Amino acid sequence: MKRNIVIIGGGIAGMEAARALLDLGHTPILVEASKMLGGHVAFWHRLFPDMSSAKNLVGRLETEIAGSRILLNTKVLSLNRLADGYSLKLSNGSVVNASVLLISTGFSLFDARKKEEYGYGIYDRVITNSDLEAWFSGKRDARVPDNPESVGFVHCVGSRDLKACNAQCSKVCCATAIKQAIELKECFPYAKVYCFYMDLRFFGKKYEDFYINAQRDYGIRFIRGRVSEVGETIDGRLQLKAEDTLSGKPLKVQLDLLVLMSGIVKNDSIRELADMAGIETDSDGFLRSIDNEYAVIESNRPGIFYAGACTGPKTVPETVAEARSAALAIHSYLEKL
Amino acid sequence: MTDFGFTLSRSSTLDLQRVDEERFEQLCKLEKGASVCIGCGSCSATCPAGALSGMSLRKILLAVQRGQEVRTMLQCCMLCGKCTMVCPRGINTRNLILSICSIYD
Repeated sequence: MKRNIVIIGGGIAGMEAARALLDLGHTPILVEASKMLGGHVAFWHRLFPDMSSAKNLVGRLETEIAGSRILLNTKVLSLNRLADGYSLKLSNGSVVNASVLLISTGFSLFDARKKEEYGYGIYDRVITNSDLEAWFSGKRDARVPDNPESVGFVHCVGSRDLKACNAQCSKVCCATAIKQAIELKECFPYAKVYCFYMDLRFFGKKYEDFYINAQRDYGIRFIRGRVSEVGETIDGRLQLKAEDTLSGKPLKVQLDLLVLMSGIVKNDSIRELADMAGIETDSDGFLRSIDNEYAVIESNRPGIFYAGACTGPKTVPETVAEARSAALAIHSYLEKL
Repeated sequence: MTDFGFTLSRSSTLDLQRVDEERFEQLCKLEKGASVCIGCGSCSATCPAGALSGMSLRKILLAVQRGQEVRTMLQCCMLCGKCTMVCPRGINTRNLILSICSIYD
């Protein structure tokens, strides 16, 4: 059998893995369901903590993987397990046999409408982190006022939330909130910007510096308290309620714009594929690795590997590192066949 | 007027919109460190005056941020400097306290 490698999902995990596999002398087939490569990152404006351009990253990867077979607008309809690999039926009518599958199907953003108390889709001035990135990229959005006096950010929307069925920390939102708060402050220097948080989790390199910058150089106010409800005032502004837990008092504030930090949640569209492939989902709903310490990129099935956020929330550098490591693992797997 | 024995309770809700931030902004100019507090409470935990008088630098700074009164608590500080030693953000708490005193004077 031809030793095909099929990468399912053309976000930065799939792209970086394809690039590394090309380097190692393979010609992977990259299958992407949407019409473009880059996944979520393609819709992001700038990346933390260096504020580099997301489009440049995706563009660079696109050039570097030009030598692989890229199938856009293509879904995997069904998957059969063979004695020595997998047979995939694609939505373009073709059937591909592969020795190795790399699953890099990423995550979904939490649908903020499910937290009805925050009023996304109900009030005119409530947007999500991804809406704001689109606005930073130049997309018009009538919900963003011309000259807001005060703006609020709500951390942990749909993450660390058992009721929303997502117990996990979404990992990237604290730093994203700070990045976006700083960018907004640069657009509207006179606006008051508040971040409402339960905990601030700045685990990555230079994230804490980012936080200090936001406090010291941009005057962004951090309020420890989870927002309990948002309403609309008679003049179309937003009224927000939270507890100022550091002083132990209830708190309210009127805002011109509220940004909800929608969390990373599992991508349900791969559930069927996982069942067909015989790989399992973990207790958090993400794909199950052999273990979560030493073998995150390995599945319980021979020849099926993972990269990126299909196994849980990941940052860009973590995703890229996993993609490279998966490429190496695939390379040595094929050598041993 | 007849006293029926009922009174109206004042709301304890903090309205961020109405918070007077002038003194806090003044403080940030005098002591840059005022803006980088993370409210960890190390200063208050180590404060020798804290256990006896209720003095808490964390609470004082928060009160300045919320535009509230701090004079009574401030008077309990002995400027011993233990809070400077423990602050993880390296805030010059001595200068912070003296700056708050000068603003509230």
